[in-house]
Amino acid sequence: MPHWLQLMLDSLGPLLWAAAAFTAPLTLLSFAFGLALGLAVALIRLFGPKPLVALVRFYVWIFRGTPLLVQLFLIFYGLPSAGILLDAFTAALIGFTLNIGAYSSEIVRAAIGSVAKGQWEAAYSIGMTWSQAMRRTILPQAGRVAVPPLSNTFISLVKDTSLAAAITVPEMFQAAQRIVAVTYEPLILYVEAAILYLAMSSVLSALQTRLEGRLGRYGGFLEARA
Amino acid sequence: MIGLADIEKRFGDTVVLKGVSVVIPEGGVTALVGPSGGGKSTLLRCINLLELPTSGTVRIGDDTLTFRPGGKVATADIQRLRRQTGMVFQNFQLFPHRTAIENVMEGLRVVLRWPEAKARERAFSLLEKVGMAAKADAWPATLSGGQQQRVAIARALAPSPKVLLCDEPTSALDPELAQEVVDVLGTLAREGTTMVMATHDLRLASKIAREVVFLDGGVVVETGPSDQVFGAPERERTRRFIATLRQEAAEAGKPI
Repeated sequence: MPHWLQLMLDSLGPLLWAAAAFTAPLTLLSFAFGLALGLAVALIRLFGPKPLVALVRFYVWIFRGTPLLVQLFLIFYGLPSAGILLDAFTAALIGFTLNIGAYSSEIVRAAIGSVAKGQWEAAYSIGMTWSQAMRRTILPQAGRVAVPPLSNTFISLVKDTSLAAAITVPEMFQAAQRIVAVTYEPLILYVEAAILYLAMSSVLSALQTRLEGRLGRYGGFLEARA
Repeated sequence: MIGLADIEKRFGDTVVLKGVSVVIPEGGVTALVGPSGGGKSTLLRCINLLELPTSGTVRIGDDTLTFRPGGKVATADIQRLRRQTGMVFQNFQLFPHRTAIENVMEGLRVVLRWPEAKARERAFSLLEKVGMAAKADAWPATLSGGQQQRVAIARALAPSPKVLLCDEPTSALDPELAQEVVDVLGTLAREGTTMVMATHDLRLASKIAREVVFLDGGVVVETGPSDQVFGAPERERTRRFIATLRQEAAEAGKPI
């Protein structure tokens, strides 16, 4: 067996363990929390009172306008100076959640806005309240519109979790760095890490396709295929 | 009885309805006719409060709601009045993510909280009534315009409203498809369904309406039994309008 393959196989265990213990939970939790936050922010932007709208616009402005790495450093290394001490995983979780919340709020806002006004009226005309119309009529249709751009965000997030290595979270990329530190084989280890990220993104892409198929089963969308 | 008293509706500085009062008898069909921009759609939408009057009183059965400029009306009161109405839209507005029968069940399940089986049973019998039972499990996107509108009529009727409001129910359809919708509405009319419809389809209005309200420039120009308003209109404005409609119908090869 060639040396490079042997090294890849030997490192596969530690890398996968780091992915399972840190990369995956960090991705899934921050996406779930971030999406909930994004929905709340989108609803405030669309329907909330003015002062609150100004507040959430400020939040989106800050978190879309500054680098993710800087945000993570501020939360993990900066906040202790203000008396707020967080462990690395929590700091990363907060940073990613706030970042995803800002980006997804814009996607959700556009998707809700894309549902025809007549659908609200149809829902009201059969007696629904605002929240029933939102839940039963608007969000399911908005969801279909939001899936492709939200999948983009999700896939970016998987890869961006590698930034958490910089604030000492022992996720997959950091596991690779550690092995490089003792083997001096950066090319082999970083290629392996890249392949594993690619594999995770590919799984998500496949899930996206299935979800789009399920949400699109009622037809009526332009079906453009090259 | 359904009554609109002194309804005024402003959009900014534009006055769309200028103190309209109409009494709509139960068990009959009332057509709101008139030129585009005359206020007929807005008046119709004031009945189920999709449009809130700037001032005036809306009455359905024993429920009355009075609006005043700058006054606030409770959402619960709007809901209570609205739930006694059903509405059919020009562009159908079926819920695209629900099948035909699910569209009809939606109000029964979500608003009236009927159990699934009971709602399905009522929805199916309504689809039979509009001739759409065979398409109960079809997605709206796979139905023709006329079929979609028939499902929409079934959806509007599901919670047994006191009045069915139809906003230009045939104007998005070509004549052949319009006919199947006219037929369904005609059947409902014969059964004594109270209906109010905004339309400029003279065929539809003359075939099924008992009363006609002619609206122009936000005021009621003329009102009366349909054969009288269509046959021997009193006002010059009404005469002109009906003559135009007849001419258009004749040019389209569908004389009335």
